[in-house]
Amino acid sequence: MAAAIEAARAGANVTVIEENERPGGQLFKQIHKFFGSGVHQAGTRGVQIGLNLLNEAEQAGVEIRLDTVVYGIFSDKRLGLVCGDHTEELAASVIILATGANENALAFPGWTLPGVMGAGAAQTLINIHRVLPGHRVLMVGAGNVGLIVSYQLLQAGAEVIAIIEALPYIGGYGVHASKVRRAGVPILVSHTLLRAAGTKRVEKAVISQVDKKWEPVPGTQEALEIDTICLAVGLSPLSELAWMAGCQFSYLPSLGGWVPVHDENMQSTLSGLYVAGDLAGIEEASTAMEEGRLAGLAAAQVLGYLSPEEGKARKAAVRERLDSLRIGSFGEGRAIAKQKIMEARFEK
Amino acid sequence: MKHFRKIEGVRRTGILSIKELESSPGYPSLKALQKGPIVVIECVQDIPCNPCEMACPKGAITVGNPITQLPVFDADKCDGCGTCIPVCPGQAIFRVDATYTEDKATVSFPFEYLPMPKKGDVVEGVNRGGEIVCKAEVLRVQKPKKYDHTAIITVAVPKHLVMEMRSMKRLKPE
Repeated sequence: MAAAIEAARAGANVTVIEENERPGGQLFKQIHKFFGSGVHQAGTRGVQIGLNLLNEAEQAGVEIRLDTVVYGIFSDKRLGLVCGDHTEELAASVIILATGANENALAFPGWTLPGVMGAGAAQTLINIHRVLPGHRVLMVGAGNVGLIVSYQLLQAGAEVIAIIEALPYIGGYGVHASKVRRAGVPILVSHTLLRAAGTKRVEKAVISQVDKKWEPVPGTQEALEIDTICLAVGLSPLSELAWMAGCQFSYLPSLGGWVPVHDENMQSTLSGLYVAGDLAGIEEASTAMEEGRLAGLAAAQVLGYLSPEEGKARKAAVRERLDSLRIGSFGEGRAIAKQKIMEARFEK
Repeated sequence: MKHFRKIEGVRRTGILSIKELESSPGYPSLKALQKGPIVVIECVQDIPCNPCEMACPKGAITVGNPITQLPVFDADKCDGCGTCIPVCPGQAIFRVDATYTEDKATVSFPFEYLPMPKKGDVVEGVNRGGEIVCKAEVLRVQKPKKYDHTAIITVAVPKHLVMEMRSMKRLKPE
């Protein structure tokens, strides 16, 4: 959305293809207030930021096609679309891929039982569909997703029995952890999920402490009575279309795995094909939106809607804001990894 | 959770240790607590974030540049208005008044759970670990539109709990 708004404001003819029934990606699930600085709408709830984007897109004249799936990218930047009962082709001068991310799964005995789901799925259920997936939840993973979704499950009326984390420390922000601790939720670091059991749905989870080699410590097993297990064990870039188009990739675990190599304009190794957001490396929402703006401006510039000088100045402003989001102990690692992505273009 | 090891610090437990709190530039001194209502900023990690600085009408909070710096709190400038409390996305700002009565102090905390308590209710006060530490009378529930669904609940607590009690047990729906 951010990319579309920037490109359309510059004068480009922009169409957003969205497979869901609503645009805005994950923002409408993000009912919490965002971190950041004033320029990133800090203190504003994600859902409001999403509504603002929709308004801006409408004013900028962006065409949004919902319930439409891009099934392929062909040569000459033609897109194959599935819309309802028929298919269509759409030709573009520039394509910006902002497909987002997939939740990682975790395999353990019992993982196919109903009631075992991604934390993002639970978040969609409670915050979009207003359905409580269960009443007694075990959260696996104490990164920001696990902590925030735990908090939102409490707000929705569920009990969170525990948050377990295999690492010996909490990966998410301390303030998110403190919020759920005040609400009485234990956070068990150096703990793993051994198995889940149940007849018609998950009823029990067996957890255990793990040692430094990630091996379960004998005698520390504990059975928890739960009806839902949420997995918050990381995200991976949703990269099928970028692979199919023929983009070059680089493997960077700190950005979620295989990431399309891109330059400082968010252009992939294919001319006229840009990437932005979690697809270009797992970070967070404010960064994703800034990357979108950068890609949108770069696209407008190559199409001639922005002069090189104007494009340069406006992109520099976005890059400065991006840098400010990648500092501190939670951001530096991402800054280094993004640098590696840029450098990967020059290898081979 | 019987196997929970005795370890300290927010990265391990989610609970700020006394050491972390006391070394934070947002945590007021014992002396500052004696002057009346004042905020307590329990923020110890270098997250890029600064809405508290922008919200404070008295200029009592400074984050500066880069915005990963911890908020530095100037107790002399704070009048305890609490404008910073609902804008903190980490819900890490509280207001305390250690001078409320002879034996009671007040604690104000952000709260986003329904049902909301009402003025006059007696609720269960909890500490940073969610353990019940006292009964607390609700003195005020502030939830104007500009707080954007984060209410500030003010309760009276035994004075010795003023730097311990930080929230309340969630209420059961009717």
